[in-house]
Amino acid sequence: MKVIFIVFFLLLWLAPAQASIEAYQFESAEMEADYNQLVNELRCLVCQNQNLAGSDADLARDLRRETYEMLNEGKSQQQVIEFMVERYGDFVLYRPQFKSTTYLLWLGPFLLLLCVLVFLIRRLLSAAKPEVNAEAVARAKQILDSKEPNK
Amino acid sequence: MNRFVLPLVGFILMIGLLGYGLQLDPKLVPSPLIDKKAPAFSLAMLEQPSRQLATSDLIGQVWVLNVWASWCVSCRAEHEVITALANRNLVTVVGLNYKDEPADAERWLKQFGNPYATSVIDRDGRVGIDWGVYGVPETFVIGADGMIKYKHIGPVTHESLQQKIMPVLKELLG
Repeated sequence: MKVIFIVFFLLLWLAPAQASIEAYQFESAEMEADYNQLVNELRCLVCQNQNLAGSDADLARDLRRETYEMLNEGKSQQQVIEFMVERYGDFVLYRPQFKSTTYLLWLGPFLLLLCVLVFLIRRLLSAAKPEVNAEAVARAKQILDSKEPNK
Repeated sequence: MNRFVLPLVGFILMIGLLGYGLQLDPKLVPSPLIDKKAPAFSLAMLEQPSRQLATSDLIGQVWVLNVWASWCVSCRAEHEVITALANRNLVTVVGLNYKDEPADAERWLKQFGNPYATSVIDRDGRVGIDWGVYGVPETFVIGADGMIKYKHIGPVTHESLQQKIMPVLKELLG
């Protein structure tokens, strides 16, 4: 019984290895690293929340092939990215380029952080130095003074 | 009272923004190819594989490229609309038979009717990649100057033909 369990779990462990996608032969480890980085950073347009590496869509397979072939021809990572953006637009990039249309995207969170910091500092400063309403103090004093002492 | 104004304005702005976002279809990715030169191809014709059709052959006329495949279910839905467009004889309607078996494609055309002036074979989908095709069917309008003027993603309906594609064609045809 125990043996069957062990074999079963060993087989489970094998399953993901067999599900791997097409195996490309790379000339160098560097090219392989470039390829892996690209397919992880490029979006599959069919199943929009997956990257090329994780998608089993037909188009993703074609774009992986295209990526591999371009690298094999000696093209740089940047050239592959330009190729994809020319055809599919910025949407294909999981890491958008830093340019005029994406300034807000990149800088927005920091702007928001700055706003919150300014708000917080002002809030803390005013809390440390409570504002005294001179008019209210004068009125309170008047009421206290005018009140007849208790018998 | 005053301290509620700012959060309320923020809240309304946020609702407005999110409401606008809900109206958008995340499946529609704007093509960077609009108002760019149509990517060149020279491909074998489905009807006569010995002959080729090139984008350069179509310079000087307004034409429509409809990407279709026999395995594409929604292509059947738009087939009658494409046929209606072709029957008006306003523009040349070219089919791009995308990643298909030519035999299946021919059978499909025989079964449903062939609205295309000609269909070209993009067997491995490379021309599709050049044109930024990511879901079949897609429809492009190309001007006489060889520039892509409009791209429709997904099946063309009678409404989208009337409201989106026809105005573009009318403007191009003058």
